[in-house]
Amino acid sequence: MLDDRYSLAFKLYPYERSADQDADAPVRTPVVIMGGGPIGVGLALDLGRQGIPVVVLDDHEGIGMGSRAICFAKRTLEIADRYGCGEPMLDKGVVWNLGKVFHEDRKVFEFNLLPEEGHKYPAFINLQQPYFEKFQVEQMRALQAQGAPIDIRGKNRIDAVEVKDDHVVLEVMTPDGPYTMEADWLIGCDGANSALRGMMELEFEGRVFQDSFLIADIKMINESFPTERWFWFEPPFGSGASTLLHKQPDDVWRVDFQIGWDVDRREEMKEENIRKRLDAMLGDVEYEIVWSSIYTFQCKRMERFRHGPVIFAGDSAHQVSPFGARGCNSGMQDVDNLGWKLGLVIEGKAPDALLDTYDEERAHGADENILNSTRATDFITPKSKISHMFRNAVLDLAEHHAFARPLVNSGRLSTPCTYDGSSLNGPDVLTGGPSRTRVGSPCPDAPLDDGFLISRLGNGFTIMTIDADAVESIEEGGITAQPLAISTAKDPSGALKERYLGGAKSAVYLIRPDQHVAARWDSFDEAALRAAIRTATAKGAA
Amino acid sequence: MSLKTDPNIPDPDGFYAELIDAHEGLSDDGSHALNARLVLLLANHIGDRDVLSDALKAATLNR
Repeated sequence: MLDDRYSLAFKLYPYERSADQDADAPVRTPVVIMGGGPIGVGLALDLGRQGIPVVVLDDHEGIGMGSRAICFAKRTLEIADRYGCGEPMLDKGVVWNLGKVFHEDRKVFEFNLLPEEGHKYPAFINLQQPYFEKFQVEQMRALQAQGAPIDIRGKNRIDAVEVKDDHVVLEVMTPDGPYTMEADWLIGCDGANSALRGMMELEFEGRVFQDSFLIADIKMINESFPTERWFWFEPPFGSGASTLLHKQPDDVWRVDFQIGWDVDRREEMKEENIRKRLDAMLGDVEYEIVWSSIYTFQCKRMERFRHGPVIFAGDSAHQVSPFGARGCNSGMQDVDNLGWKLGLVIEGKAPDALLDTYDEERAHGADENILNSTRATDFITPKSKISHMFRNAVLDLAEHHAFARPLVNSGRLSTPCTYDGSSLNGPDVLTGGPSRTRVGSPCPDAPLDDGFLISRLGNGFTIMTIDADAVESIEEGGITAQPLAISTAKDPSGALKERYLGGAKSAVYLIRPDQHVAARWDSFDEAALRAAIRTATAKGAA
Repeated sequence: MSLKTDPNIPDPDGFYAELIDAHEGLSDDGSHALNARLVLLLANHIGDRDVLSDALKAATLNR
């Protein structure tokens, strides 16, 4: 009835009978999250910290085995930092900056991510997904202990949904049999093969790529490679059409072989056959295979992420190729975007229309991710003879000439989405203000004399004044914006000025709960600020 | 003026995608012909004989 579809890395939420199963009538809860993966638990952290009661239902009792997502971007770590679990991820993760690109037996070029100074978090860390999820669940347990209204139920599988105008009725299967519950909002975080999407018969449109990839996570014995990303186009060891080697914590290395479409999965998954590929690549090296898997992928998205009281986030809403680490990283940006909006709507502080802007802003993000990952895929796995010829011409030239290197695409690594043109954007009237902090941008971190800027922003609205007169907090329509006064007098590196003032002498920024810029001005104007808070919460400026 | 070999194309990924898309549906001969026309158009646009000679040398990978 409730058979496990995969084995667990960590059993963190074993089945316990809930009082809801013994209630006379179905119990109604504000939010049910379907799926306890990184996106579902991420959203539970966001809502739980706001005091919004949330129930996470997962059909397993913990975190699935296998590293799957391994590359977590700065923006994801900053979101996790806001939820209180960014630091353990950074401590455990592997920080890397150097990448090398090979074609056949030649090194084409190498690149250094050259991280910008003055950020709490690096551009990327490599970390096995089960660790990422474990740190999230540990933070969820800590919040529960402090009274946050989060409930996670293992071996609770949603088998049917009935979507009403203003709530959803759920049939839930457990080891003790079925029960019924109701939710004002149901959030589908149940992954690329979303059962919820299927139950609601919603379309998932896009391209399927005819290729498969064999992943092997291996643990080196008496051997090591540098902490670098190595990518081969047409590797000389013949183990696939492309190969990626990347380091993870615990001396584990991710090897990813592109093995073609027409493969016998069962044969390829035999340890002896995986070892043949690995031995051809690594030579006479001892290793242990920790985990392996074959995957295919598609670049697809739902037409709309919101369907009345049902909202989709993460891979259930949009799926991308793994090139560029845009899966889990974009899902965390969904959570970041949805959490505060849903919280304000549930508390009656913002209209329902605010949730439509989740679809507007994150569809923009999904399109950007799909475009980038499709282009990377087309470069890595050329679809025609001429495309293959151009690809190899780029690689040949890149070895000798710098101009061709930006054309080499082995994955454009995830960068956060700027919500240009969003209906929530207010005035952008900071004369000489830098482009990177224009309205719609996620706030870039900067060093302060007592820590980092990023840790001072978010959760609620913030009025950040830089070298401007300090202001009091402002309450507008039930929403309080808190002041944060900072000064470039305590900015020895000049990073704050460069990132937030540019040519301006002073600035006033209105910053959203998800740390995106809502509006910015040269100086404080209370009426304009109040209007911008209304705009940013879908109430209209007037 | 000498041949530019530093990055000079804005939006390199977008340009590359447009280049590959231009070949969509063409036979091998059709693609060769398109490439030939493209080289001639770009060569005329460049117009500098020395630069064109340098480009030809670079394209042969200095063999």
